[in-house]
Amino acid sequence: MARIFAYVMHRGGVADDSAFELAAAARKIDAAASPTAILTGWGQDLDAACETLGSSYAEIWKIASEALAYPNAELVRKALLKVLPSDSIVLVPHDHFGIDLAPGLSIKMHSAFVSDVLDIAGAEGVDIEVVRQEFGGQVSAHVRCNISTGAVITIRPGEFKAVEIAPGSGLVVDKSREVGSLAAGRRYLETVAAEAGDVDITKYNVLVSIGRGIQEKENVAIAQELADAMGAAVSCSRPVVDAKWMEKSRQVGSSGKTVKPKVYLACGISGAFQHLAGIKGGPFLIAINKNPKAPIFQVADVGIVDDILEFLPEMTNKVRELRSVVAK
Amino acid sequence: MEILVCVRRVPDTSENEIELNTAGNDIERDELVYSINEADNYAAEEALQIVARVGGNVTVATVGGEDDEEVLRREMAMGAHHGVLISDEAFSGSDGRGIATILKAFVDKGHYDLILTGVQAEDGGAQVGGMLAALLDYPFASLVNSIEVLDGKKLKISREIEGGNKEINEIDLPCVLSIQTGINEPRYVGMRGIRQVASVPIPTFGISNLGIESSAVGDAAAKVKRVDYFIPSLGKGAEILHGSREENIDKVLELVAAKGGLK
Repeated sequence: MARIFAYVMHRGGVADDSAFELAAAARKIDAAASPTAILTGWGQDLDAACETLGSSYAEIWKIASEALAYPNAELVRKALLKVLPSDSIVLVPHDHFGIDLAPGLSIKMHSAFVSDVLDIAGAEGVDIEVVRQEFGGQVSAHVRCNISTGAVITIRPGEFKAVEIAPGSGLVVDKSREVGSLAAGRRYLETVAAEAGDVDITKYNVLVSIGRGIQEKENVAIAQELADAMGAAVSCSRPVVDAKWMEKSRQVGSSGKTVKPKVYLACGISGAFQHLAGIKGGPFLIAINKNPKAPIFQVADVGIVDDILEFLPEMTNKVRELRSVVAK
Repeated sequence: MEILVCVRRVPDTSENEIELNTAGNDIERDELVYSINEADNYAAEEALQIVARVGGNVTVATVGGEDDEEVLRREMAMGAHHGVLISDEAFSGSDGRGIATILKAFVDKGHYDLILTGVQAEDGGAQVGGMLAALLDYPFASLVNSIEVLDGKKLKISREIEGGNKEINEIDLPCVLSIQTGINEPRYVGMRGIRQVASVPIPTFGISNLGIESSAVGDAAAKVKRVDYFIPSLGKGAEILHGSREENIDKVLELVAAKGGLK
C-alpha cells in the first residue's frame, strides 16, 4: 500500500491531539503502516512541535518557511505538493483548516477525496471502505474509495483512539529546501476573538440547552423561565444562533463555547457531532426530543420523547412549586 | 459583480426523519420532503445582498435533474437573476470531483467574479467548493461568515474558526467561497413569489454544451462511491423514560438534584 502521511496541526510548539488520532487512523487503514507526520510552520514553535511526535511517528517531515508561520491552506497545499509522492494517502483533521486544505489538495494530487471519516471499515485491493455520517448523524454510510492514485482523507476529531506506536526515534527530516518561495491569492490578516456576551455559559452547573425544536424566537422565554427557576443558564445549538434567536455567545459546540456543566438538558436538540464536541467533562445528559430517532438519544444518559414546548413549562411550574415549599 | 451560486436540492432534515429503507441499503426516499440545502440558501442571500450594494447579477446553478428546477425557481423568487440547470444522464453517479469538474466547465463558459457554495450539504462532504477553486486555480476560503467588497479586485472576508473566533482574510477576485449558515437572514419566499417566476425559462446545459469528456464525470469516473447506509449501534444509548409527563418531570428533577445540579 502507498505511503501514509498525516498533516499535523500544532500551536505554541505543541502538536494538536488530532496528530495521535491520525496515527491511529493510518494504522487502521494499513496495520503495517509506519505513517509519516508532516508539519508546516516557522521557527521554534515548529521545531518544538516536531519533537512531541516521537511516540506516534517514526519519521517527521518538517517544512519551515516564514510564509507558513500562520497556516494558510493555499500556501500549505503548494508546499505539500512539492514534497508528497503522487500516490500518497494523506490524512488531515476535519476541522476549519482541513475543510480549507483537503478538497483542493486532492484535486492537485489527482487523488480520491473522502471527508469527515469516523472509522475505517476495511481495505481490499485498491479500495478502502470508510464510515461517514450523513443527515446530521441520523444515518451512517459505508463509502468505498479507490486509492490507486492516492487519497486525501479528512478524519473527524475525537473518533479514533490515539495509539502509541512502538517508541521510535522520531526522526525529523527537514524538507524546507524542496519547497522554495510561496505566494497565495488569499492573505491572513488577523484573528478576532469571539464576543463575550451577557451570560458566561461556561460557569454554570446546569445548562438548559435549546435546539431547533424551540421553533421560534418567542419560545426562548420558555427555556429561560425554567433556567431562572433552577438557577441555570440557557445555552443553545447552532440553528438557534443561525436563526438569530440567541446570541453566538450562547452556542455550545465546536464553533461555539466548550462547556463542562454537571447536568446538561438537551431540549429539542438533534445531537449533531459539532454540538456534542462542545460538551466536555462527561455531564449527566438528559435529552428531551419529539423525534424518538434523534441522534441525541444515542449519547444521552436519560431520554424523554416529548414536546419541549409543553414539557418545559410544566417542569418550570414543578420547580417553582418545590422551591416555594422549601422557602416555607 | 457577476456572482454564481452553486446550489443543491436535498432531503430537508428539519422536515424529515431520515430512516433506512426495508432493504437496509439506502434511506427511505418515498415521501421525503426536499428543499434547498440550508447553507446554499444563505449563499444565495449573501450574493443578493452583495449585488444590492455594488451592482451586478446573481446566477444560481445546480447539477441535477428536472426535479431540481424547483430550488432554482425558489432562489429566483428571492431575486436571483438567472437560473441554470446543468443536467445530463452522463453526470449521474458523479463523486465530488465529478461535480466540481462539471461546474468548472460551466464556469469556463461565462465570466464570474465570485462563486459561492454552501459550506456543506446534508449528505455531502464540504468538498465541491474547494475542488472547484483548485480546478479553476482560484483562491478559496471555507466557512465564510462575512464578506466585504473592498474594490473590484479583492474582498475582506471572515471565516468561522474554533470557539466562535473569526479569522479575517483578504482574498483576490475571482475566487470561490463556501458560505457558513448564519451569515445573514435569508429573505422569506412565498408561493406568490415562486408563481411569478414559474414561467421564466431555465436553460439546461448538458455534457456536449459544456465540452466535458464523458470519461471525466459520472459513475465510471467516480473514485468515491457510497456502498450503503446503516444505523450504527452506539452502545447502550439513553435510558428512555416511559412514564407520564408528570412522572418524567419528577424523575428528571430527582436526577438533576442527585447529580449536584440543583442546590
